[in-house]
Amino acid sequence: MDAIFEKPEYYRNREDSWISFDERVLSEARDKNLPLFERLKFLSITASNLDEFFMIRVASLKDMVHAGYTKKDIAGLSAQEQLDLILPRLHDLVNLQYSTYNRSLLPALKPWLEVVTKHEQMSREQAEYADSYFEENIYPVLTPMAMDSSRPFPLIRNKTLNIGALISKKGKKSDAEFATVQVPSVLPRLIELPASEKGKKCVILLEEVIERNIGKLFLNYDVVCAHPYRIMRNADLTIDEDEAADLLKEIQKQLKKRQWGEVIRLEVEEGINKQLLKILKKEFAIKGDDVFLINGPLDLTFLMKMYGLPGFENLKVQGYTPCPVPALMDETDIFAAIRKSDILLHHPYMTFDPVVDFVKTASKDPNVLAIKQTLYRVSGNSPIIAALAQAAENGKQVSVLVELKARFDEENNIVWAKMLEKAGCHVIYGLVGLKTHSKITLVVRREEDGIRRYVHLGTGNYNDSTAKLYTDCGLLTCSEAIGEDATAVFNMLSGYSEPKKWNKLSLAPLWLRDRFLRLIERETEHARKGGEGHIIAKMNSLCDKEIIAKLYEASQAGVKIELIVRGICCLKTGIPGISESISVRSIVGNFLEHARIFYFHNGGKPEYYMGSADWMPRNLDKRVEILFPVEKEELQKELWHILKIQLDDNVKAHVLQPDGSYEKIDKRGKTLLCAQDYFCEEARERTQKPLESGNHRVFIPEYHVEDEN
Amino acid sequence: MTLFAAIDVGSYEVEMKIFEMLPHKGVRRIDYVSHRIELGADTYTEGKISIEKIDELCRVLKDFQRIMAGYQVESWRACATSAVREAQNKLQLVEHVKRTTGIEIENLDNSEQRFLDYKSVALGVRDFFKIIQESTAIVDVGSGSIQISLFDKDKLVTTQNIRIGNLRIREKVADLAGKTLHMEAMVEELISNEIISFKKMYLKDRQIRHLVVGGDYVSDLLEKESVSSEEFKALFMKVIECSPEEIAREYGIPSESASLILPSLTLYKRLIEELGAETIWVTDMALSDGMAYDFAQKKKYIRVEHDFNDDIIAAARVIAKRYQCSKVHIKNLENIALSIFDKMKKVSGMNQRHRLLLQIAVILHGCGKYINLSNAADCSYNIIMSTEIIGLSLKERRIIANAVKYNTQEFHYEDAASRLGMSPDDYLLILKLTAILRVSNALDRSHKQKFENIKVQQKEHELIISTDTREDITLEKGLFPPKAEFFEDVFHVRPVIHQKKHF
Repeated sequence: MDAIFEKPEYYRNREDSWISFDERVLSEARDKNLPLFERLKFLSITASNLDEFFMIRVASLKDMVHAGYTKKDIAGLSAQEQLDLILPRLHDLVNLQYSTYNRSLLPALKPWLEVVTKHEQMSREQAEYADSYFEENIYPVLTPMAMDSSRPFPLIRNKTLNIGALISKKGKKSDAEFATVQVPSVLPRLIELPASEKGKKCVILLEEVIERNIGKLFLNYDVVCAHPYRIMRNADLTIDEDEAADLLKEIQKQLKKRQWGEVIRLEVEEGINKQLLKILKKEFAIKGDDVFLINGPLDLTFLMKMYGLPGFENLKVQGYTPCPVPALMDETDIFAAIRKSDILLHHPYMTFDPVVDFVKTASKDPNVLAIKQTLYRVSGNSPIIAALAQAAENGKQVSVLVELKARFDEENNIVWAKMLEKAGCHVIYGLVGLKTHSKITLVVRREEDGIRRYVHLGTGNYNDSTAKLYTDCGLLTCSEAIGEDATAVFNMLSGYSEPKKWNKLSLAPLWLRDRFLRLIERETEHARKGGEGHIIAKMNSLCDKEIIAKLYEASQAGVKIELIVRGICCLKTGIPGISESISVRSIVGNFLEHARIFYFHNGGKPEYYMGSADWMPRNLDKRVEILFPVEKEELQKELWHILKIQLDDNVKAHVLQPDGSYEKIDKRGKTLLCAQDYFCEEARERTQKPLESGNHRVFIPEYHVEDEN
Repeated sequence: MTLFAAIDVGSYEVEMKIFEMLPHKGVRRIDYVSHRIELGADTYTEGKISIEKIDELCRVLKDFQRIMAGYQVESWRACATSAVREAQNKLQLVEHVKRTTGIEIENLDNSEQRFLDYKSVALGVRDFFKIIQESTAIVDVGSGSIQISLFDKDKLVTTQNIRIGNLRIREKVADLAGKTLHMEAMVEELISNEIISFKKMYLKDRQIRHLVVGGDYVSDLLEKESVSSEEFKALFMKVIECSPEEIAREYGIPSESASLILPSLTLYKRLIEELGAETIWVTDMALSDGMAYDFAQKKKYIRVEHDFNDDIIAAARVIAKRYQCSKVHIKNLENIALSIFDKMKKVSGMNQRHRLLLQIAVILHGCGKYINLSNAADCSYNIIMSTEIIGLSLKERRIIANAVKYNTQEFHYEDAASRLGMSPDDYLLILKLTAILRVSNALDRSHKQKFENIKVQQKEHELIISTDTREDITLEKGLFPPKAEFFEDVFHVRPVIHQKKHF
C-alpha cells in the first residue's frame, strides 16, 4: 500500500476521539427538545463513561509513561503527549457537565422536583428530618478516621465518595488535623425530604446530610471545614487488552516502577479549604491537571437514581416495548419457521424473545441432540442460562463457552459458569490470550431426513436486559454451509484444529482482518476499472490503522464511503487528496447503537455482512470474532433499508467535520427523521399489518436530497 | 439413520469425523475434529511413543467419546496407521487406550490403510468409476510414503508404496535450507530417481490420462474438482514463489501444514510430468472417509456396483504375472478350489473373506518357481511375505503365505503351531486352506487341465469330485490319496475322484 495513506497526521488519537464521543452524549443532556429526565440520564451516562475512561485508558497511558514506553500511537503521539492533549479536554468536558447540571438541569427541575443542593438551604422541618435520618440510618455505618503522628493516612478506596475534614481539639489552638469519612455506598445517595410545597418531591444528597452532622463524628473536636472528595486509582491489575503485547512485556520488566494503586485523579469540591486540599494532594501524590475542582456534587452517576424516582413519567420518554418478529408471528414452531427462510432480527425494535425461545425450545425438544453457545456478558437472572442448564438436565449435550475475561464481569461470569457445570453442561473457557467476543448459538437436531443444524448469529451479547437498550442485529438460519462452519467454530474454541476451509464465516483473529481488507480492496479495484465502488459500514468504533489506510486508498480511487460510527473514530474526513469523499456520522440516541453491518457494492452484486467485530485492532487481532454474510435477497433489502434510514437520520446524527468536531445536521427545510424513532414506529406498524409478499415496507420515509456540497 | 464415527490416529494428528448415513441420501459428513499430536515424531526418532503422548491421546479420545455421545453415535471405528504400527510399544498403547477410554484401536497395515484410502477416493470422488475407464493413477501423498495405484479399464493394475513422503522430504531438505534458493529444484532431484524407477518397473509404456490426487490441503489450493496439467503447473509456479506463511495466508491453510505443501506439490508435479497425465482430479478424501464408506457399504447405506474384492484379486494377478505363473493352471485351480470351498462351506465354517484368501493363495501358489524350482515353497512364502497386496492385512498375507508353503511342503504341526503371532484360529485357517489347496493342486498335477469341468458334491463323509474328462487321470489318482487323507484329517470329509465314463 501507498505509504502516503499512513502518515500519522491523517489519524486522530483515539482518546481524543473518545472525548468527542462523550461530548456527543453530553449534548443529549443539553438538548432542550428531550424530556428532562432523559437529559438527567444522559448526564449520568457521561459521568460513568468518564470514570471508566480514567480507570482504563488514562491509567494505561500513565502506565506507559512510567514504563518509559516510547511507541507512538496511531496519530504519532507518545503517551505523555496524549496525556497533555486529553487532560485539558477532560477538564473542559467536566466543566461542561457541571454547567449543564447547574445552569440547565437544576433550573429546569425546579417546577417538578425540589433539589436541596446545600444542607444550609434546608427548612427547619427538613433539617430535623435529615438529622434524625442521620442518627438512625447513617451514623451507625460511618467509620470516621483521623490522621496524626501515630495514625498514618488511611487507605481511601477507589471511586468512593469521601468527606475530608480538618479538625482541631476543642478549646485548644493547636494545628488542625486531617480526618476523613467515607460516604457509605450501602445507603442511597438521594435522600427524600419532606417537601416544602405540597405534592412535590424534595431530595438532598447523602453527603450533604453527613456534612451537616459531621460534628457528631468528632466529639472532642471542632470541625474547621469539611468537603467531599473522590479519587480514582490505577488499581487494575490487568493491562488493557487494547494495548500491545510489547507494552505488557515492558511493564513486566519494569514491574517495580509501576505504582500500584497510584491515584490518577482527584476530584474535590470547588472552594475547598486550601489547607485541606494541600493535605489531599500531598497524601495522594497528585498535582496539576490530575486534580479536578468540581462545581457541584461529585460523581454525577446519582442522576441515574434520580431518573429512577417513581413518578415523573411525563418527563421521560415513554418506554418502548419491543415488537414481535413478523416472520415468527404465525409460527408456533421456531425450527419450522427457520426452515422456511432465514430470519433477520433487529433489536430492540423487535423482541429478543425469539433468541431466548430458540434455546428454550431446543432445551425441551426431544429431537435436539446438542446446544452450543458462546456467552460473553449475560444478564443477572438470565433465562438463557436457565434454559441451557435445563437442556443439560434433559440429557442434551450442552457446550457453553463462557468468556471470563469480559471486562468488569469476571466474578459474575465465574458464578454462573460453575452453575452450568453443575447442571452437566460442558463449559469451556475459550482460547488462551483471546477473548471470545463472537455471539453464536448452534442447535443440532436429529430430523427425519438427517442431522440439521440451526444457528443464531448476532452482533450483540446474549443478554435479554441489554437487548432492550442496545440496537443489535441477529440472523437465524439453518443453512448447511453456516451450520458446518458453526460446528467448526465450536470445535476450534474447544481447542481442536481449525477447519481446512470455511464456507461462509470469517473469524478473527486469523482471517477476519484480511477478509475486510480484501473486501475494501475489491471496491477499490471496481472503482479503478471505472465502475462504481461503494462501502457503507456501521460499527461502534473505528481505529484500525490498516483498515483506515485502505479506506483512504479506496476513497482516492473513487469509492463512495459512508461510515456510521457511534464512538471512537480515528479516521479523519475532509483531508484533501486523502479523504474528502468519506463521510462519518455518529448516532447517539436513546438506545445505544451497537450493531455492526457492512455493505459492499461489489460491482452491482452487493454483499452484506454482520458481525461482532468493530474495526479495531483488539477486535481483529486479539479476539475471537465472527463475520457472517446475509445472503437472502429479502434480508439484504431489509439491511439496506436499515442502513439507509440511519444515513438519512437528521435528528440524532452528528457528522464528523474536517476539524474533528461533530456537528448535527442543519434541519432547515427538512423533514425530521430520527432513525431510532422510525424503526420503533415501523416495527409497531409491521406487527399490525401482515406482510404482503414482495413488499416489505409498510410505509415509505420521505427522503430529502442533500446539497451536493 | 445411523451415525458413524471414524477415528484416525495418524502420524501427526488424531482426527474424528462423524458421518450421517441414510438409505436414500448416502453418507454425509457432519462433524470433523482434529487434534495435532505428533505420535510419528516419537516413533520415528525414539522407536516408541512416550507415556505423555499416550496420555494425551487418551484425553483426546475421551473427548471424542463425549462428542460421539452428543450425536448419539451408534457405531464407530478407530484405526491407527504407521506411527502406531511402527512403534515398539504398539500393543501396550492399544491396551492402555482400551482400558482408559474403552476405545479399541485397530492397527492397520499399510495395505489395509491404502485400501481404505482407495475406497474413500473411489466412493468419495464423483464419477470415479467413469474416470478409471481410461488409464488413471491415484496418488496419495502421506507424511512418510506415497502410494501410487494404476487403473485401466475399471481394473486396478498395480499399487505401489514408495517410501518418500512430504514430511520426510521436508526434513531432508530442511537441513540444507538456506544453502540454496531453489528449494523446489532440490526436492525434484531428491524424488526424481524414485519416480523414474517406478515408471520403469510398473508403468512401462502405459499412457496415463487421469491423475487423482488427494490429501494434505492440495484441494484447498485448487478449489476445483479437476484441472488440466497446464493449470496445475501454473499453480505450482505461483506457489513455489511463496513462503509457507504466504501460502497459509493466501490459501487459508493452517501454517504448520503450509510447509508440507511445497514438497507435496513438487511430488505431484514430477508425477504429472513423468506419467504424462492430462487431467488432474483433486480430492480431500482421507482414511476416515474410507472407514465410513466401508461401513456404509457393509450396512448397505450405499450401493456400489464396483466389487472391491476384484481389486484385491487384480493386484494378486499382477504379482502372479510378474513371476510368470501359469495363467491357465491358475484359472483351472481357482475353479476347482472355489468349487470345493463352496461345497464345504457348511462343514468348514469359513466365510466369504476366507474364500478371497483361498483365491489369492491359488493365484500366488506357484510364484516361488520364478526364483528356484527346487525350493519353490519357501520362495513363494518369502515373495508373498515381502509383497504388499492392497486390501489384505499382514496377518492375512501370512496365512496365505503359509497355505502356499504347506501346499507342497510337509505340514509340521508343531512348527506351525508354535510360530510366533499365530493364534489357534489362524492356525486352523491355514490348515483348512492348505487342505483345499492341496486337493485342488493334485487334480491338476500335470498342468493339463484335465479337471476342467468338474462337479463337486458333498455327501455325508465324502466329497465327490466328478469329472467328465476323457484324459487319462492315472497320475492324479495315484498322487491323490495323501492329499485326500490330509483333507479328511482337517474336515472329517474324504475327497473322492469320480470319472464319468463316456461310452
